[in-house]
Amino acid sequence: MHPGVEGFMYPNEVELQWSILIVLYPYITGLVAGAFILASLERVFKVAAVKPTYRLALLTALAFLLVAPLPLQLHLGHPERSFEMYLTPNRSSAMAMFGFVYLWYLMVVLLLEIWLDYRADIVRMSQTTRGPVRWIYKVLTLGSQDISPEARKIDDTVGWIVTIIGIPSAFLLHGYVGFIFGSVKANAWWSTPLMPVVFLFSAMVSGIAAVMLLYMVVSRFQKQVVDMRCLDTIAKYLFYVFLIDFSLEMLDLIHRIYEADESFRTLDFMVQTRLYMSQVVIQICIGTVVPLALLGWTQVRRLSDGVRRAMYATAGVLTLIGIFAMRWNVVIGGQLFSKSYLGYTTYKLEFATREGLLPAIVLMILPLAILWVLLKLLPLSEKEAA
Amino acid sequence: MAGGWRHARHLIVLALVVAAGLGAFLILRGAVVPAGFGKLGHYRAGAIDDNRRRPVSFAGQATCADCHDKQVEARSKGKHRIVSCEACHGPQARHADDPEKLKPVLPDTAILCRRCHEKDPAKPAHFPQVASTDHSGGAACNACHQPHAPKM
Ligand code: HEC
Ligand code: HEC
Ligand code: HEC
Ligand code: HEC
Repeated sequence: MHPGVEGFMYPNEVELQWSILIVLYPYITGLVAGAFILASLERVFKVAAVKPTYRLALLTALAFLLVAPLPLQLHLGHPERSFEMYLTPNRSSAMAMFGFVYLWYLMVVLLLEIWLDYRADIVRMSQTTRGPVRWIYKVLTLGSQDISPEARKIDDTVGWIVTIIGIPSAFLLHGYVGFIFGSVKANAWWSTPLMPVVFLFSAMVSGIAAVMLLYMVVSRFQKQVVDMRCLDTIAKYLFYVFLIDFSLEMLDLIHRIYEADESFRTLDFMVQTRLYMSQVVIQICIGTVVPLALLGWTQVRRLSDGVRRAMYATAGVLTLIGIFAMRWNVVIGGQLFSKSYLGYTTYKLEFATREGLLPAIVLMILPLAILWVLLKLLPLSEKEAA
Repeated sequence: MAGGWRHARHLIVLALVVAAGLGAFLILRGAVVPAGFGKLGHYRAGAIDDNRRRPVSFAGQATCADCHDKQVEARSKGKHRIVSCEACHGPQARHADDPEKLKPVLPDTAILCRRCHEKDPAKPAHFPQVASTDHSGGAACNACHQPHAPKM
């Protein structure tokens, strides 16, 4: 018998194929979609209170989106082949078509919206900056120095249209990731039409929490006061979206328990044993109930700014841990049990291997590094013309 | 409206850049996608001919029957009639082409039979299977069974 295997496993199930890198992939795309949806709140729904985070949310989405394909490429190997997705599109493969969803979102939505929003700053910086960076700005102006009110008005209108297109695109981006899992018919843990919806809402939760935290961190670094009205509004959205997300996940759970189909005993046992720590303790208790309680408390009680900030920060960190655990439980959990429903295997996380913990950590730090560079290039506050 | 266009110059440049990128992509695509891709399915149609040109490894049991009617006859009486000759003997096209030059090595039953008959809960219960160590205690299977007509 294999170590780590209990009961009966088919030979190809003993070793898990989808590693922690595949956990990162929905986690990262989720952050992208969530951050973008927060940004569009300001733009389309005219929630003025969250304006201070508008640019930060867009840049966060971009930084994470640039990293999103890396875990997949590292997992599959031969990253150069991923380009064939575009050369010979396979219309009957949901996974292959994701390349187009990704490209659409990156090029048509994010880059365009960021460029339009920053154009005036870019033009100004292309005139005032010294050194080689200036050339970056120069290229980015695309040879037009026109930042007259008329030109800005056009930018604004186009940007608004892009955001309108962007919201369904962000929904598509992450709903799609959920769809890929939810449509694996042979896997009882994944195969549910609720999957895309659950993924979508958890994406919003994680993205909003991430931007909220980043806003506090970046403000501290830049020695600026945190706008409490903005923070309160974001926290309020986080709370409500989180409630919907939690309800959906509980709906899935209750539905499974009540329906109790042929997979139920196996999955139930898995949740009670191998997934107990990551699902019940980390995802549901620490990562959902506690942050919901913290956020709920701030909604019903009057608390001082300092206390609220501390509570938001705690809730944000726990939320990010909880959503990561959720991705983990979906991806890893779905491979721990046998399709025969008669056995279980174990996931052995390695450290310094191609799909180990170390590359995963690097892949999580990388977007923050990219964000740091982006923030240097494209400052959050609009600089006055010199 | 002419004034409006003047102020949208950067957008027009952007559109041109995008169009240029798209054009470059299409040229690249034309250059690297192999001819015949997609003609028959999501693959290069020429791959079929490439495969066809590779030397044949399996002759097929109809060919074996031309020269080995004794074994065909023996097999037809037992349940192994549904098992093809080369499933046990391996690919023998080169032997069939020139039997004098290439004589097949006979399979080792201690390995061969277990490959299909070793007890395994993943196999359907009605398939004949034995735990070989209990069943024969390590003796070669053909000490008792006739490979071509295995029923005892
Ligand atoms: C053209 C006739 C011919 C065809 C077709 C042919 N064989 Fe043979 N085969 C022979 C001859 C002749 C011998 C005996 C060679 C020797 O003893 O030197 C032989 C020997 C063998 C032996 C070894 C017998 C031993 O005693 O070691 C095996 C096994 C065998 N053939 C299997 C096959 C299989 C399987 C096929 C079908 C893919 C096949 N043969 C097709 C003529 C043929
Ligand atoms: C279930 C597996 C199996 C199948 C199917 C099978 N053989 Fe065999 N065959 C053997 C084994 C094992 C031996 C060796 C017997 C021994 O060493 O006593 C053998 C021996 C032979 C020999 C050597 C002479 C003999 O009878 O021992 C020939 C020739 C031969 N097989 C031809 C064929 C042909 C032709 C077919 C298809 C009609 C065929 N075999 C199908 C397993 C198989
Ligand atoms: C390629 C797979 C394969 C190999 C190799 C193979 N067999 Fe079989 N065997 C079968 C199949 C298929 C059946 C028929 C099962 C059925 O009808 O349900 C069978 C049936 C049998 C039976 C039952 C026969 C009966 O009439 O009840 C015996 C005994 C047997 N094999 C012994 C052997 C021995 C001994 C060997 C080694 C020489 C061997 N088999 C190699 C596939 C194989
Ligand atoms: C000592 C003689 C002997 C040897 C060696 C032997 N068997 Fe058998 N085997 C038998 C007898 C006798 C039967 C029929 C009675 C029975 O079903 O137990 C049989 C039956 C079988 C059956 C049919 C079982 C069923 O449920 O229908 C299979 C399959 C089989 N043997 C495979 C093998 C394999 C594989 C080997 C080699 C590892 C092997 N035998 C070696 C004597 C032997």
